[in-house]
Amino acid sequence: MRRFLVRRFGQAIVQLLLVGSIVFFLARLIPGDPARAALGDAATEEQVALTRAAMHLDEPFLGQFLGFWARLFQGDLGTSMISGRAVMQDLPSRIGNSLELVLLALAVSLVVGIVLGRIAATRADKPADHALVAGSIFGISLPVFVVGTLLLLVFAVLFPILPPRRFTSPWEDPVAHLQILILPVVTLAAASCAVITRMTRAAMLETLNADYVRTARAKGLAEKRVIRRHALRTAMLPVVSMTTVELTTLIGSTVLVETIFGWPGMSSLLMNAVGQRDYPVIQAVVLAAATIVILVNLVGDLAVRVLDPRAEDN
Amino acid sequence: MTTGTTTGTETGTTPSDTILAVERLSVDFQIAGEWTPAVKDVSFSVAKGEVVALVGESGSGKSVSSMSVLGLLGPNARRRGSIRFGGTELLGLDEEALRAIRGRRIAMIFQEPMTALNPVYTIGEQIVEAIQCHEPVPAAEARARTLELLKKVGIPEPERRMHSYPHQLSGGQRQRAMIAMAVSGSPEVIIADEPTTALDVTVQAEILELLRRLREDLGSAVVIITHDMGVVADLADRVVVMREGQVVEEAPVTRLFSDPRHEYTRKLLSAVPRQQPGEEPEADAGDAGGSTTLRVADLEVEYPGRLGRKGFKAVHGVSVTIEKGKVLGLVGESGSGKSTIGRAIVGLVRASAGSIEICGQDVTSLKPKELRGLRRKYSMVFQDPGSSLNPRLSIGDSIAAPMIVNRYADRRAVQQRVLDLLDQVELPTGWADRFPHELSGGQRQRVGIARALALDPELLIADEPTSALDVSVQATVLRLFQDLQDRLGFSCLFISHDLGVVELLSHDVAVLQHGRLVESGPARDVLRDPRTDYTRRLIAAAPVPDPVEQAERRRLWREMAG
Repeated sequence: MRRFLVRRFGQAIVQLLLVGSIVFFLARLIPGDPARAALGDAATEEQVALTRAAMHLDEPFLGQFLGFWARLFQGDLGTSMISGRAVMQDLPSRIGNSLELVLLALAVSLVVGIVLGRIAATRADKPADHALVAGSIFGISLPVFVVGTLLLLVFAVLFPILPPRRFTSPWEDPVAHLQILILPVVTLAAASCAVITRMTRAAMLETLNADYVRTARAKGLAEKRVIRRHALRTAMLPVVSMTTVELTTLIGSTVLVETIFGWPGMSSLLMNAVGQRDYPVIQAVVLAAATIVILVNLVGDLAVRVLDPRAEDN
Repeated sequence: MTTGTTTGTETGTTPSDTILAVERLSVDFQIAGEWTPAVKDVSFSVAKGEVVALVGESGSGKSVSSMSVLGLLGPNARRRGSIRFGGTELLGLDEEALRAIRGRRIAMIFQEPMTALNPVYTIGEQIVEAIQCHEPVPAAEARARTLELLKKVGIPEPERRMHSYPHQLSGGQRQRAMIAMAVSGSPEVIIADEPTTALDVTVQAEILELLRRLREDLGSAVVIITHDMGVVADLADRVVVMREGQVVEEAPVTRLFSDPRHEYTRKLLSAVPRQQPGEEPEADAGDAGGSTTLRVADLEVEYPGRLGRKGFKAVHGVSVTIEKGKVLGLVGESGSGKSTIGRAIVGLVRASAGSIEICGQDVTSLKPKELRGLRRKYSMVFQDPGSSLNPRLSIGDSIAAPMIVNRYADRRAVQQRVLDLLDQVELPTGWADRFPHELSGGQRQRVGIARALALDPELLIADEPTSALDVSVQATVLRLFQDLQDRLGFSCLFISHDLGVVELLSHDVAVLQHGRLVESGPARDVLRDPRTDYTRRLIAAAPVPDPVEQAERRRLWREMAG
């Protein structure tokens, strides 16, 4: 296990270094002068020179690279070219808001998906199973923006149970926060919930036919226990591996969901920055998103490792 | 009425002895909406403390009958008839009452302990669970009893092994753990479904001995399901022979072997590969020219380890030769390196040292281009004909493939040769367009042999070619193989774990253990008068289909095991 931890953490660190370097080079791959590109044609030479200095573009290349990393380690992600504020001032709360959506959506889809998957598998080829399979196809096929818009239309416009309102942080007003949280989380969770339902169903159909489930029955265990402890527990292994992939998808979809519901997360920061060619902000958001994905994969691998004793010896 | 009603029954039990009575049991499976019978009107009974063997080939219904007892067949099965256990009718018993019997009063041991044990729990947890589901004992006591059970079934270091996961144990230890779980409730009946089929013969001997001992200790009756007549002779008191879902004969074990009354029983017994005195493979079969087809010298094969880790050496300095027209049997347990040697000879794994000469040319030093010409001189027959034939190619195309790859002849000549080959392996020539899934296991292996013979090889490597087949099918494939070898005179390396098969076919035998050659020589000498302890143990462990001779073998085995 220790050997695995060392190797896996080492991998994660290498990945982070690579992502950082790629982000650094991307900004410098823009044809021409990034400062000029950012400021537009109307800017004067003086303004460009000032911006170049602010972006450390006047330093030698190696110096730029090392400086980039040195500042990164100090938590300095640069300064927005538009607002003039340090990126680190806005980024953490934006990431926090996005992660809140993503993690809640994941939790909802795991709980609902596993429960529904179990129901479908234990009633295979019965009406409940058919309904769930059909429903999950629906959930997977509907794009996030369609689900989001439909939910808004139904619950905010036709039946204004959850009317759209200004973003309130949970510290200000927990109830109001909860109210505005529901629709985006449901939108985000819909597709991954369907995916996890199908995964759980497929994995359980396999484990329900496994020899060790027959052994568990032959022991005299109650059917409920056979299903929970033997069929479902073992079926969780592929579901957990799949969940890491699903989480990455969720991080992608949250860009759309945040836009639909006016959620002040990473994506609106990113959209604005792209529109305004605010390179330091773009860099910071890309770096943050990539870091999250790398960490999620790390956690997923560790979880599989803990859940599956066989993984240890391979 | 509690005794069996089949014709030819000699149960010798009185109703009061009977613990389990199966009467006119029929089982149907619903497949694609239709009820297909799997077991038809089967009756047999088991007395207290008795060992009853259910024998038959695949599809005979022996497993289905035994699984019916505890209602483990799944929702698409329909059972009719009667299964009485003590005074209780098990058919139609409600789930709650059935659960009280499962594991506690009737326990099961399954065939493949790797898949029959849950991979994510330790064996200790799984046995504790079995104890606690019938008795509300505290966890500490359940663990203490588990430890006792593991000691009883002879698992080494039981304190440590209790915390092992199934994949961390050897096959024999896993089956011991499975047995420990089965006897945790001191059951009155133990149903063992092919309990030793997945194990090496030496391990099988130990497990059968353990079952016998437990039966004596617990006084449990044992129903053993097997296809192996040797296992029957070793363990059973009474035998029920099944075929196509029906009981064809039932008899005490000595009577069954000495005087089998049903034609099918006789056929089954004669199909077991055994050397009959005076029909050994002739020493001068094939060309007496004496040229050497295969000369393997000091062969070593090492599987590389991952990134800086130490590799695994599967073969340590093995030397064997096969003269023209001779068959060399390569025997050993799983992990002995016998398959690796075969794979090294045909070039599927690389030899890390030593030389392999085929028809005088060292294949380990040849350039790929030079090797190409030599390749048509040797070929391989694989173990599992189900997976070694491409399911998308017709069998004709599969047989033609080596000829096309080696530009053997033009299309028409190849087509003609395919028909010839089908004829040689006794398949209808009209079958060239059929696909592997349309064939039975034995027929597929005939195709595998035809493909291997397509280029008229000098040397054939056969890696356990019949071990996936039923015994009666095996007998016909072996006979075919013998005929072809006589007629075509190719040399053959015949890899097998079955000493009976090897003795039947081979002129010479080489015995492997842990990648090393233990003993080699003419088959008769090695198998009748082995020089090393290992070979002696291997032979003593292989059960023979004759209760009298087997009892003697068992005595010998116990002496050697100490």
